[in-house]
Order: sequence, then C-alpha cells, then structure tokens
Amino acid sequence: MATPGDDDDIKARIARLEIPFGRYGVDAYGASRTHLKWMFRTFGLLYRHYFSVKVFGIERVPARGRAVLVGNHSGGVALDAAMVIAACFFEKDPPRLAQGMIEKFIVQIPFAALWAGRTGQFTGLPEHAVRLLEDDRLLLVFPEGARGTAKLFPARNSLVDFGTGFVRLALKTRSPIIPFGFLGGGEAMPTVANAYTLGKMLGVPYIPITPYGLPLPLPAMMQVRFGEPLVFDGDGTEEDEVIAGYVAEVKRSIARLIAEGQAPQPSLLNAGERRGSVRP
Amino acid sequence: MKVLVVGVSSAIAKLLVEQLLSAGHSIEGIDRRGWDKAPIEVHTLDIRKRAAEDVFRKFHPDAVVHMGTVTSLVMPGEERYRINLGGTRAVFDHCRDHGVAHCIFVGRHTYYGAASDSPLFHTEDEPPMALSSFPELADLVAADLYAGGALWRFPELSTTVLRLCYSLGPSGHGTLGTFLRGARIPTLLGFDPLFQFMHERDAAAAIMRALERRVRGVFNVTGPEPIPLSIIIRETGRSALPLPEFVYAMALGRFGLPKLPDGALSHIKYPVVADGSAFKRATDFTARFDATQAMSDYRAAFPPAHATPS
Repeated sequence: MATPGDDDDIKARIARLEIPFGRYGVDAYGASRTHLKWMFRTFGLLYRHYFSVKVFGIERVPARGRAVLVGNHSGGVALDAAMVIAACFFEKDPPRLAQGMIEKFIVQIPFAALWAGRTGQFTGLPEHAVRLLEDDRLLLVFPEGARGTAKLFPARNSLVDFGTGFVRLALKTRSPIIPFGFLGGGEAMPTVANAYTLGKMLGVPYIPITPYGLPLPLPAMMQVRFGEPLVFDGDGTEEDEVIAGYVAEVKRSIARLIAEGQAPQPSLLNAGERRGSVRP
Repeated sequence: MKVLVVGVSSAIAKLLVEQLLSAGHSIEGIDRRGWDKAPIEVHTLDIRKRAAEDVFRKFHPDAVVHMGTVTSLVMPGEERYRINLGGTRAVFDHCRDHGVAHCIFVGRHTYYGAASDSPLFHTEDEPPMALSSFPELADLVAADLYAGGALWRFPELSTTVLRLCYSLGPSGHGTLGTFLRGARIPTLLGFDPLFQFMHERDAAAAIMRALERRVRGVFNVTGPEPIPLSIIIRETGRSALPLPEFVYAMALGRFGLPKLPDGALSHIKYPVVADGSAFKRATDFTARFDATQAMSDYRAAFPPAHATPS
C-alpha cells in the first residue's frame, strides 16, 4: 500500500492529476508524467523531510477548475514556488499541478529550460496564462517577480511592488485569485547580499550571498497560508486605477496572511492545517 | 476546377496533385526542377519568367496553389530572397491579371520564430517577433506578409495564407525529415523543445481542404499535439547526440553538418508551436494520421540501420 510521499503514492497522484496526457505521457504544453514523477520525488523529500512545511487553508484551493494562486516571494531562490507546488500536489485530493509563470532567463539555461517545460512551468507571458486558465489549470504567480526573491534577510517578510497583469488576467478569464502568504523562505536562504555582477556573468539576475557563502538552503520551518478566494468585478479592460485597487486588495490579503503566520501559534493542530513533514 | 500548382515538384505538392486528380480536378504545375513521369503537365520554368505568365494565360486556372518558396538555408540568402519575394509577387500579379478566383500561399509556422520569450500556440495575429535572432528567415516572413497583403490589395481574389507546421512521412522531405535523416541526431544539451508536425499526407489534405472551402484569411495548419524532440528522435529509431551550444555552433559546416546560421539553433532550442484551431473551425479539417503514424511511416521509409550519418 502506498504511504504518503513514496513512489507509489506519487505515481498514483500523477495518474489522478486532471491533465490530458497524450500517448507519450506528455500534455499539449509539454508537461511530462516522467519528469513530474522525478520533480515530485525531489520536492517530496524537501517538503516532508528537509524543510518542515506547514500548510493552512489548502481547502481554499479549488479541487478543479481555473484559479490563480498569488503570493509573496520568500527567500533568495524560488523554494517558495517549489513548496507551494508540492503542497497542491501532496495535500489536495485529487492532487493539483500548480503551474508557475517563470522568469524568461530560466528557459535560456540548459537543463533548467528542459525541466521547467517538462514539469509544466512556463515563461510568464500573458498568452501562456490565458491559455492555461482557459484550460482550467491552476496558475501560480508571484507578482513581485525577481525583485521579490532579491529581498534581503531583514526584509524577508515584507512585500515589494506588485505587477498588475495577474489581476487583468484573472478578470479576463473569470478566474478566482487565491492569495497565499509564504513564510520561512528567508530563514532557509538568509540572503545578506546579492551578487548582481556574478549573476549577470552566469546568465541569471543575481546570486544570493548567505552568511555561509553558498546559496544553499538551511532546513528551516516554512508555512504556506492560503486565504479566502478573491473574485473581482470586471473583464480585464478596466482603467489602471481600478486594477490598482484590486491589486492593493490582494496585497493586503497576502500581508494579512504573512502577519498571521508571524503571530504566536496557539496550536499546530488547528482545523484546516496540514503539515508536510509532521502530520497532525 | 482548374488548379495550377506552383512549386509542384515538392513532396507535399506531389501528394496534393495526387489528391486533386482523384477528386477529378484538372491540374497543371510549374517548377524550375521539373518532374519526371509527372501525371500532369508540368512546365519546367521559373515563375518569375515571362513564360510563366503564358501558363496562366493559356490554362486560365480557377485556383493557384503557391508552394514555390525556398526554405533551404544552404542556398545563398540573396538568391533565396529573389526567389521567395519575387516569385510570390509574380504569382499574385498573374492571379490578378488573369482572373484567378482563389490563391493559396503555402508558408511555414516557423514564421513566428523560436525564442525564449515567445509563447506556445501562436495565433495568426501574432507578429514574427523572433526575427531579430534569426534574420535569415526574413525573406520567408516577408513573402508570407506580402501574400497576406493580397487580402486587401486584391479584394476580388480569395487569398488564403497557410502556415503549415513541419511535415513528416515516407518521402523524408522537409525540414524535420531532413534533420532526422542521420542515425545520430545532434541536439542541444539541456534543451528538448516541443516540435509540431503532421503527416505529409495530412499536410496535402489540409491544402486540398482550403481549396475546396475557398477560405479567405491567414491560418495556421497543424495536426496532432506537439511532442518533445527527444521522443521524435526515439520513435523514429534514431539516437540523440546532445552537444553544448557552443560546440554545436562551432560544428556547423563541419562533420557532415550543414552550414547554417547561428539563429537556426534557436529552432532546436525553443519550441515553435502554432494554434491551428482557426483553420479547423473554418474548414472542419481533422488530421487523419496521428504523430505515431507519421513517425512510424518515416521510420519505415528511412530505417535506422540505413540512416546515413548526419
């Protein structure tokens, strides 16, 4: 019998993903069953054993149909995205594949390009977002972009400026926005500085520098807190001021979720809480 | 219907002729390369020459299918430019002057280009954004846009611009068929783009369908869903030879690899995938062959054991 997170469990979950894989185990966008299996093996180890990830409000992520997960960046690299993807896969039933809108530079890097495409993570283009949402997929967006992952340790739980495109996309495709707050990424990757010149030489925006030098994560506690779905009126053609108001509302929701995560926790066994490594 | 096929010696054009003949149409062809034992009258001449206009004058076609563009990047750029743009202009001028009712320009989905920031599933209204990284495609893009311009320049002529995805089949012709010819296929290490292709018989059937329905406009023509290059290599019985990009770029023109511009590598690095739904809606076209059949027909015609080293 499959135990959560083992190979059989991962295979069974991939089989239950509501994604139309073709004859070669690849969907129309190039996401592949085989690559997803390997990704979730790795993410599963990190999610359940290396980090201790607590997930709150996973039931707010729709079981099926289109939705946009919108959250903050936490930590010098996109561990937050990986753990949210893992949460939606391991904690949802049926499991869901959260599909991130990634930075363009990632698909220019050998192997990163291959793995991103084969695991359903695509360049953050409006065309990709609209198409995936119209296909009733679950989109994962970090409106802070690379500015968000560049936050230094003292600012780890703050929010920088949000892009506004995600709200227009949600309105256009009539998709609910599920805000989430992510905590612990800054503790896992305590960035004291960013080496922009070195990053440029390596084809990435920057390299995070940690007190111990290397940009490798520590086994920190993490939290993903999903908020109530937000549905706004409109069709995406509204004036900038209207959209800015909706973006501010999403940002406030995320800030509130982060603040909840920072508050002392009365109990780890609250209703709706799921834990990655230690299950209640 | 009387149909004139320009560039009739290409593999897909020959299949189109076969389908047109079985449907009872009257066909003539023009091609500089000629066609031995052709089942139709083929005029061995250059579409840009005066004699080509005489074919229009005498045959008086109802419809013209222009498949006479050159895609080979091995041909010098200036010559390609003259053939592709000059030839396309001549076709449309003759159509206008000789009362042709319908002209189909057969272009390629590579019009959209391959780049890290280009979306999957290009729609027909998208501009050719990736031209900057691969300027050698400019003549094909210009020919496509020139043909599209006929929609408003010659309103009395029904114009169809088809952007066909790659084709694959027993003829082994075409960009993808040629690329897969060897036993070991050089690929870019760390990249495995989606490739979109259709069986060559379906490509011909799609053109035939556009003729029958006389659809006006610009359409992407696609078949089965795209699949990664690595799967195509495996299913056609080849093996991949992954090379780092700088090694691949240096090897071009050596070791049996064709001399190609650097921009050509973007087409095995990033996907070019088009959205063919508008054509399907306009014509009810459905591909008869799936990807497996196309790859298996190619493999049968070019078995791996007999594959020549590329």
